[in-house]
Amino acid sequence: MTIQPPVLPARRDILASAREQVLERGEPLAEAQLLEVLQTPDDRLGELLALAHQVRMRWCGPEVEVEGIVSLKTGGCPEDCHFCGQSGQFSSPVRSVWLNIGELVEAARQTRSTGATEFCIVAAVRGPDERLMSQLREGVKAIREAVDIQVAASLGILTRQQAGELADLGVHRYNHNLETARSYFPQVVTTHSFQERWDTCLLVRESGMELCCGALVGMGETTRQRAELAAQLGELGPHEVPLNFLNPRPGTPFGDLPVMAARDALRTIAAFRLALPRTVLRYAGGRELTLGDLGTRDGLLGGINAVIVGNYLTTLGRDPKQDLALLADLQMPIKALNAAL
Amino acid sequence: MTATVTTYCGHCGLTLAGGAHEACARRLELEPPRYCSDCGRRMVVQVTPDHWTARCIAHGAATVSTWTGG
Repeated sequence: MTIQPPVLPARRDILASAREQVLERGEPLAEAQLLEVLQTPDDRLGELLALAHQVRMRWCGPEVEVEGIVSLKTGGCPEDCHFCGQSGQFSSPVRSVWLNIGELVEAARQTRSTGATEFCIVAAVRGPDERLMSQLREGVKAIREAVDIQVAASLGILTRQQAGELADLGVHRYNHNLETARSYFPQVVTTHSFQERWDTCLLVRESGMELCCGALVGMGETTRQRAELAAQLGELGPHEVPLNFLNPRPGTPFGDLPVMAARDALRTIAAFRLALPRTVLRYAGGRELTLGDLGTRDGLLGGINAVIVGNYLTTLGRDPKQDLALLADLQMPIKALNAAL
Repeated sequence: MTATVTTYCGHCGLTLAGGAHEACARRLELEPPRYCSDCGRRMVVQVTPDHWTARCIAHGAATVSTWTGG
């Protein structure tokens, strides 16, 4: 007698599943599906990016949100985020410095001149102390009086009272990144926990501010952990996800890691879009190094619908004119301030 | 900064005469210098959306525009 092997059901192609589930129904992919997406072979990368772009166009539209950022307090941070040149725990060349209020307002004005509608004030701290909150109060008030732009902030771990005060000040969006997957977080940061980050994200939303919660990829995490991170962001459901690619900083524990391969970065962008079909997905730090000009274009046609223009916190970005010309070439209008409001 | 002779690498802070700094030069296209080119001291550097300022305690400050705002 011949024993026939059992007939297994044909495995559904992941891109066909994603088309039906995300593009047609607007339902995000689950973690296991995201892992399959992140394993898409190079010869199907174009197809994956095209699908992610269709998802973005269908559920978000063609507009691109433009933002500028500035470091209010640079360096000397007590935390040990292994990717960050601003930690005071490593032998990074970054020295501590504060912006004054006049410089802060001027930075907001520079940002607005690009057409940006968002300006995010960032401080390298564990969480805000009274000195920083005082600077924030004065700075936000001065910006709102002088510049027609929405103000966001990123000041680390918040108390409920601080979150409420920031919302009352008119800070409309607060950034606090998960950075990496829960399972990889202890390899990246030891001075605070993933749960503390998660809790601050919940506080931000409870306070009424929009939650901006992003990721940094290329830190040695596995592909499976990248899928885990995308799923965890999907569970949190932020308004915006800034996607950073590691730019290895001298003197930090991750300073000698290789720059992420451009194709992996593009796969990650597409996977995040399929995990977060309705979310603002923003190009953040490291894209110049990881993707270059051509890759930047591919990402904008692969799920990205927001950009940070100009310089970053301690490193330099592209000339905003290049980014704006690219958006015009791609026929992607910049989201207007009134629409953003 | 007043001197025009560049002695130290702005990226790694080592003397330019002491080795190859092509990789440092590439990095300096995407980040401001962190070390004074005259004395190799670590500088206080502030980056804003359209420029950076680097200040050496001994040789003063330089501000460089990275793009011209509208």
